[in-house]
Amino acid sequence: MIRVEFLGPIQKAPLELDIDNLNQLRSILQKDEELQEWLQNSAVALNDTLVSSLDVALKDGDKVSLLPPVCGG
Amino acid sequence: MYLYDGALDVPKILKQWYDSERDSNYGAYIPFVGTVRSEDNISGLSFDIYEPILESWFKSWQEKAKLRGAIIKMAHSRGDVMLHESSYIAAVFSPKRRVALEFIDEFVEDFKASAPIWKYDLIEGERVYAKDRSTAIKGSGLLGGQS
Repeated sequence: MIRVEFLGPIQKAPLELDIDNLNQLRSILQKDEELQEWLQNSAVALNDTLVSSLDVALKDGDKVSLLPPVCGG
Repeated sequence: MYLYDGALDVPKILKQWYDSERDSNYGAYIPFVGTVRSEDNISGLSFDIYEPILESWFKSWQEKAKLRGAIIKMAHSRGDVMLHESSYIAAVFSPKRRVALEFIDEFVEDFKASAPIWKYDLIEGERVYAKDRSTAIKGSGLLGGQS
């Protein structure tokens, strides 16, 4: 299973999904109306490292995080 | 990197950092302190932090500092910080002032654009995401668009 976490202001509980890659995750998340804007402006991390492409294979136990726009300080 | 619940004790932290490096032969110590200002009827700000990625981001800046013979320190608040309290301190120590002046500018700019910290206005007891002041991390939107 892949754990998907929504960070900061995205008010959504984590998901546990049986998927193999980030393209599958994109298809699943795009069906959620409330996530549409967040998908457009969030960065994606796999196991706490930011990714720059969807061509990434996922394996059991991986963690994917969505990071919406930031403002520290 | 130091994270605290609530407002930072600015004099204490600046003194701790000063004391820790006073004998390290750095000629310059340049701190930046971020303080919550009164605007738009807020009573304060509140922060969420995602620590694993913040730590790796900060580590990359420590390595950049080292290449220039400098060191970087940072403190940030978690949770609520009220008006005129401080939520952020960054500081650079370097042998000469020019490196520290330039480095603190580069560091704080990238901090604003990349550090995984989310800011909320505190308005009548509610946390309101500071969406308009937030910046999408470079490379955002991978999961958006058309399949």
